[in-house]
Amino acid sequence: MSDNNFDKTSIDKASQLSFSTPTKVDQDKRNFLITATACTGAIGAAAMAVPFVGSMLPSERAKAAGAPVEVDISKIEQGSFMTAEWRGKPVWIIKRTDAQTAELATHNTQLSDPMSEVISQQPTYCKNSHRSIKENISVIVGICTHLGCSPSAKLEKGGDMGEAWAGGFFCPCHGSKFDLAGRVFKGSPAPINLVVPPHKYLADNTVLIGVDSDSTVKAGG
Amino acid sequence: MADKQNVETTGIIGWIDTRFPLTSNIKNHLTEYYAPKNFNFWYFFGSLALMILVMQIVTGIFLTMHYKASAAEAFASVEYIMRDVFGGNIIRYMHSTGASLFFVVIYLHMFRGVIYGSYRNPRELIWLFGVAIFLCLMGEAFFGYLLPWGQMSYWGAQVIVNLFSAIPFIGPDLSEWLRGDYLVSDATLNRFFAFHVIALPLVLLGLVMSHLIALHEVGSNNPDGIEIKAKKDKATGIPLDGIPFHPYYTVKDLVGVVVFLIVFVTIICFAPEMGGYFLEANNFVPADSLKTPAHIAPVWYFTPYYSILRAVPPVMNSQFPGVAAMGLSVMVFALLPWLDKGKVKSIRYRGGLYKKWLAAFVISFLVLGYLGTVPSNVWGQFAVNMPVIGGADRATVVARVFTVIYFAFFILMPWFTSADKTKPVPERLTG
Repeated sequence: MSDNNFDKTSIDKASQLSFSTPTKVDQDKRNFLITATACTGAIGAAAMAVPFVGSMLPSERAKAAGAPVEVDISKIEQGSFMTAEWRGKPVWIIKRTDAQTAELATHNTQLSDPMSEVISQQPTYCKNSHRSIKENISVIVGICTHLGCSPSAKLEKGGDMGEAWAGGFFCPCHGSKFDLAGRVFKGSPAPINLVVPPHKYLADNTVLIGVDSDSTVKAGG
Repeated sequence: MADKQNVETTGIIGWIDTRFPLTSNIKNHLTEYYAPKNFNFWYFFGSLALMILVMQIVTGIFLTMHYKASAAEAFASVEYIMRDVFGGNIIRYMHSTGASLFFVVIYLHMFRGVIYGSYRNPRELIWLFGVAIFLCLMGEAFFGYLLPWGQMSYWGAQVIVNLFSAIPFIGPDLSEWLRGDYLVSDATLNRFFAFHVIALPLVLLGLVMSHLIALHEVGSNNPDGIEIKAKKDKATGIPLDGIPFHPYYTVKDLVGVVVFLIVFVTIICFAPEMGGYFLEANNFVPADSLKTPAHIAPVWYFTPYYSILRAVPPVMNSQFPGVAAMGLSVMVFALLPWLDKGKVKSIRYRGGLYKKWLAAFVISFLVLGYLGTVPSNVWGQFAVNMPVIGGADRATVVARVFTVIYFAFFILMPWFTSADKTKPVPERLTG
C-alpha cells in the first residue's frame, strides 16, 4: 500500500526551511490576541442569538389579536353562567341568585384571600365582597391561577363535591376549588383568586370585556 | 505524518480498515467487548430501548410525510393518517404504543441500575447520561403529545408550559416565550413539532452515543455488582468471567426482542389505546381553548410526578413549591451515585434495611402513579370535624404521605445504605 508511504526526510527538510522556530515567542502578545479574538467571536455569537431567541416570542400577529369583546348577557338565568371568549381565553359571566350572593359572606374563613387583597387579580372597582360591578353578576377569566386549566362549574351546593361544598368551580387538573366569586378555597394548589378582567357595562344587559371605564386596554391575566 | 496503518485484514475490508476503523470498532464494541457472563432478565431492557428508539424514528419519519403541523389541520391530518393512508393506522399506533412501551422499558432499565448499583463508581457518568436521556425522552413525549391537537394534547401542554410561569420573577415571560403566544396556539404547535421531530431527536442520539461510549469504556456492571476486570486471564488479559457481547448477548437479546415484539404487536392489534392509558379518550376530541375536559390526567408515565405536583400545597401565595417538588422528583435520580454509601453495589448482598426502603419507594412510586390517573376526589373527603385533615380529599392526603416517603428514600439514603448490614461479596461471579 504505497499510498500511505510518505518520504519523511523530505518533510523534515521542508519544515526546517519554512517553519523554523523563532528564537523568542512573545507570550503576552499571543495571549492578548487569543483573548481578543475569542471575545470578538463571543460577541458575534451572542448577537447572532438575538434573532433566534427573539423569533420564539409572540409575533406581531399574535400581539395584534386581542380586541375587547361585547357580550349580551340577557339570556343567562339566575343561578347559572355563560362562557365568552376573550383573547382565546374563556370568560365566565355568572348570574348569582340573591341567596348565592348572600352565601359568599358566610365562608370567608375558608378562603385564602376573601377580601381580594392581591391587586393583580381584579380591577380596583371589583375589590369588594362580591368581586364585581353589579352585586349579582361576576365576570371572571375562567383560567385556574395554578397552571392554567379551565375549572368546571359545580354551581350547586354539596353533590359529588362533598357536603361542605358551597357551590363554585372545581379545577379538574389539580383539584383547586373556587367559590361563585372566583375566590380560591384554602388548601387548593391554586395560590390566588381567579382574575377579574377589565370590563364595563355598555347597557343593562351588555358587557364589554377587555376595556373598562378608563377606556384603557389592560393586560389582563 | 502517521505511519502506515497496521491492518490485518485484506481485500475490501482491508482497504476500508486502512481508512476507517471498521474492524477494530466491531471488535471493541461487539466481538471482543467482554460482558459479565451472568446477565439475567433485567439486562434485556438496554438493547430493547435502543430498538424502540430506532422504531420511533422510523415510524416518526413516515408520520411526518402526512401530518400537518397547524392548529387548523393537525387534528384532521391525524385522522386522515388513521383512515385514508395505507397502513397509516398501523404506523400511528406503532408510534403511540412505542412511546408508552419506551417508558416501560426505560423504567425497568433504570430499576435494574438501582437494584444492582450500576450507577456506582466508576459508572456515575453512564448514569448521568442515562438521566439526561430520560429527561430528553420526557420532553419528546410531551412535545409529541401536543401534535394530534386533541383536548388532552391542548390542556396538557397548557399545564406543562404554565409550570414554567410558576418560577419566580422570570416565569410569566418565560412561559410566554415558550408558547410564542398568550395561550397555547398555532405558534406553540408549530414549534413543538420542530422540537419533537428534529431538535430533541438529535440531542437524544448524541446522548445515547455518549451513554454507550461511557459504558464500553468502563465495562458493564452485573447482578453481583463486582468488577469482572479485577480477575483477568494472565495470558490473554480477558476477564475470566467475561464473554464476548457478540455472539453471546446479541443472541440472548434477540430472545428478548422476540418476546417484546409479541407483546408490542398484541397491543397494537387488540388494545392500541390500552383502555385510555396509552391514548386518552379525550384526545379524540379536537382541542377547545375554552373548555378543559372534566377529568384531565397526563399519560401514565408522568403520573407519579404529576401526583407530587398536585399534592404539594401552595406556600406564600405561590404554586412554585409544588412545581419545584415535581421537578426535583425527576432530577433527584441524578444524585443516586453520591447518595448511596453502601459497602456493596448489588441488592443480592444488601441487608434488610435497604430492601425495606427500596420496597417503600417502589410502593410510593406506584401509588403516586395510580393517584395521578384519577381525580383528586376519587376516595371522597375526610369528615369535616376531623382535626387537621378535616374536609380534605382522602386521595390528596394519601398522596402527600407517599410524596414524603418518595423523597425520604433519597434524603435518608446515605444513612440507610451505610447503616445496612451487608453480606460478604464473592470474589467471582456466582451466576
